[in-house]
Amino acid sequence: MDALIAVLSKNALVTALAVTGLMMFVSHLLSKYLTKGKLQSSAIAITLGLGVAYFAGVYTQGTKGISDIAIFSGFALLGGAMIRDLAIASTAFEVDVKEVKKAGKIGFVALLLGCVVPFIIGAMIAWVMGYKDPVSMTTIGAGAMTYIVGPITGTAIGASSEVIALSIAIGLIKSVFFMVGTPLLAKFMYLKSPRSAMVFGGLAGTTSGTAAGLAGTDVRLVPYGALVATFYTGLGCLLGPSVFFLTINALFG
Amino acid sequence: MIIYGTAILAICHLLGDYLGNTLGLLLGVKANVGGVAISMILLILAKEILMKKGYLPQVTQFGVLYWSGMYIPIVVAMSAGQNVVAALSGGMVGIIVAVTSLIGTVFVIRYLNRMSGDYETYSWSIEAKEKTA
Repeated sequence: MDALIAVLSKNALVTALAVTGLMMFVSHLLSKYLTKGKLQSSAIAITLGLGVAYFAGVYTQGTKGISDIAIFSGFALLGGAMIRDLAIASTAFEVDVKEVKKAGKIGFVALLLGCVVPFIIGAMIAWVMGYKDPVSMTTIGAGAMTYIVGPITGTAIGASSEVIALSIAIGLIKSVFFMVGTPLLAKFMYLKSPRSAMVFGGLAGTTSGTAAGLAGTDVRLVPYGALVATFYTGLGCLLGPSVFFLTINALFG
Repeated sequence: MIIYGTAILAICHLLGDYLGNTLGLLLGVKANVGGVAISMILLILAKEILMKKGYLPQVTQFGVLYWSGMYIPIVVAMSAGQNVVAALSGGMVGIIVAVTSLIGTVFVIRYLNRMSGDYETYSWSIEAKEKTA
């Protein structure tokens, strides 16, 4: 047993590939026999991954899900930002340039609304729930954009660590929601064409949420959504501590 | 050679990351602005140019397509490495803020997509369908 664990830990990345393949296979079976193919197997696999991450987090008290367990440490590399971004970029190889050009303008509108709408709602709810100082309102509102914009904004404007942690939690819920919920809500959101995927990417924003959500809906949509979503976090980090904070500060300061 | 395709992808990725960080620095934010999108655009350009000149044989393309085929497993691995416990630990405030802003976002997506109205009419070209099947 020790020898086996040693092999698995030593070959962490290879172990992660094998386990991921196994998870995909299990999801394929679940999709086929449990939901009769109605729910895409990739959506099930992503949900399964999040479930595994939850139990691993409870078990290890760590922050990196399953990759905090030594034999699964390869997941940190395989599912990390480096490989993920490489894979997202590679999907552009099959992009139809005409579609991108057609949706350029509405993609930009979606991107702006995607930052403004969650921020305003987040800041307002924060106010209602008793966080009435502009710094906390801005940080919580920024957390409603993504779990990266939240802490970056909070740190820039000097929010307390409790509020920053809260903003990360809000952003993570958003990301997890889009990973699991997008395939289920695809019809409601009229999500089908490349153009609609670009609108979705601009509004949902989180790279992980958009990428996984679209993968579970229709993998052909992924590059279009990702193309827009990847600007979101940067734009949010730009607007959060500046325009958004100044506006909130002027209104509630 | 397969590695040529993967190398093209890798170079686009690195350039995009670099330019995205530079853009972030210029704008004064501590984040990568659109790095992945820049890599994607570079990759599309590289593909168009090389394709026209006939420098993109099937094998070279495979070096890129392997990674786009690995995309979903990689996302699954990513989701298994998320801090889900922290996401659920924000308590009621976290959940209420998140849920309300999510509802708002979903409705705006619905509104914008319904406005553009290509849900009923859009269909993928047959070529694209065959590739993913």
